[in-house]
Amino acid sequence: MTNALEISNLSFSYPDGRQALNRVNLKIDKGERVALLGPNGAGKTTLVMHLNGILLSDDGEVKVAGINVEKNSLFEVRKRVGLVFQDPDDQLFMTTVRDDVAFGPANIGMTGIELEERVNFALDQVKMREFADRPPHHLSFGQRRRVAVATVLAMKPDILVLDEPSSNLDPASRRELAEILLNLDVTIFMVTHDLPYALEICPRAAILNDGKIVADSFTRELLGDEELMKSNRLELPFGMHLDHIPHHR
Amino acid sequence: MKDSQHHLIDGSHQHNLTKFYTIPAHIKIASVFIFVLLVVLTPGKNFQAHLSFAVIVLAMLIWNRIPLSLIRKRLIIEIPFVLFAFFLPILGTGPRIDFFGLKLSEAGLWAGWNILVKATIGVMMSLLLSTTTPQRELLVGLEKLKFPKLLVQIMSFMIRYTVVVTEEVKRMAIARESRCFEAKGPKQWAVLARSGGALFIRSYERGERVHMAMLSRGYTGQLPLTSIQISSRQDFINGTLLPLAALVVILFWSVFLK
Repeated sequence: MTNALEISNLSFSYPDGRQALNRVNLKIDKGERVALLGPNGAGKTTLVMHLNGILLSDDGEVKVAGINVEKNSLFEVRKRVGLVFQDPDDQLFMTTVRDDVAFGPANIGMTGIELEERVNFALDQVKMREFADRPPHHLSFGQRRRVAVATVLAMKPDILVLDEPSSNLDPASRRELAEILLNLDVTIFMVTHDLPYALEICPRAAILNDGKIVADSFTRELLGDEELMKSNRLELPFGMHLDHIPHHR
Repeated sequence: MKDSQHHLIDGSHQHNLTKFYTIPAHIKIASVFIFVLLVVLTPGKNFQAHLSFAVIVLAMLIWNRIPLSLIRKRLIIEIPFVLFAFFLPILGTGPRIDFFGLKLSEAGLWAGWNILVKATIGVMMSLLLSTTTPQRELLVGLEKLKFPKLLVQIMSFMIRYTVVVTEEVKRMAIARESRCFEAKGPKQWAVLARSGGALFIRSYERGERVHMAMLSRGYTGQLPLTSIQISSRQDFINGTLLPLAALVVILFWSVFLK
């Protein structure tokens, strides 16, 4: 079986010479939910940008569903990788929710009823269908984040990549989004430093620090390793203990 | 912005809509455009024709229940033209006539009147168009009328991001004021300029991020058509009514004045 995502020996430095990724290796099976943990500036977002070829590697390779991410395969890759950006205002650029969700599928050639059905399907998955004709700025932040998820679900991606999905959400929106994500039948790769959220959604996690993958294991195991956590500037929120968090559903 | 205002601008208030609201956007745009074109082509000296145009426009505004307060607010955009029109009779050359006790240039008076009446009718017509058509449909309509695609895209982003950038401006202002900043005079201009610069960079960076988000979903330089607007023969006929009315006015008064 081909992996949903396979990153081998990926390195990347920015034009100013700063090395953001240093020989990163990671494999994700189909249907897995994996969190990528790491402190601010660890290179998480840079890694995400490589997954659909927004950034192309100097060194190493990224494979999505067996397809090598390179200049010639961008179209195929972007059909398969659904990237949800951190700020929904970056992601939602059309004047109505419906148009925005339709943008991706229309780009891959869908039209008419087929397109409409796809839009409704995606909006149903995030429970936002009734807001289809609203402009994005009339929605709450949590609703916009959900629509942002719908915009990529509409492309029926093989892998859903979320950059800090819980940031700026109030507790209820956070829970709603978690419920939605847990009910999706799709491979999830989630970048975050929100550890309880990672634990809730992803059974497996990897830690990225200083451009390197320094650990890759069960999320609960990683979070329980105090030494490891400390050395990577990761910690559970105040007053929270791993024993208080129920085991994975 | 208050919600009610939002809705007016979006043209998304759905109750008590007149027939004019339901005409497809591209027909409505063409209809309003041709009407204004005919008004502009009518010689300024045809006083009665312009009055008739004004009556038609006002009737349309009233029929479509456009609030007077909104009309007043939107007419502000006309002020530079009004000022210009106002100076023409004073600065104009040629024979002078007595106008309420003032010796004014006759050609200047006509030119001033011409600008004033045409600009007012034009502004009111565009107001009619913008309040009776949702923004999104306006864009679709323009695209259908073969307006350059790139411009339509730019306009679409403008609509979407004006709110985002305005919010950002407000947040920056609050952040300044929270630290006891008051823009009292030229001394503070440097701070304001720096805020402006920061805003520019933030917006530029947002532009980059938006572009990345678009690329991620397969953008190749063209916005795909995500909706189809179907127009009936009846829509087309309704659309011809406004230009037809203008034409009748012109013909009637040019015959009548002879």
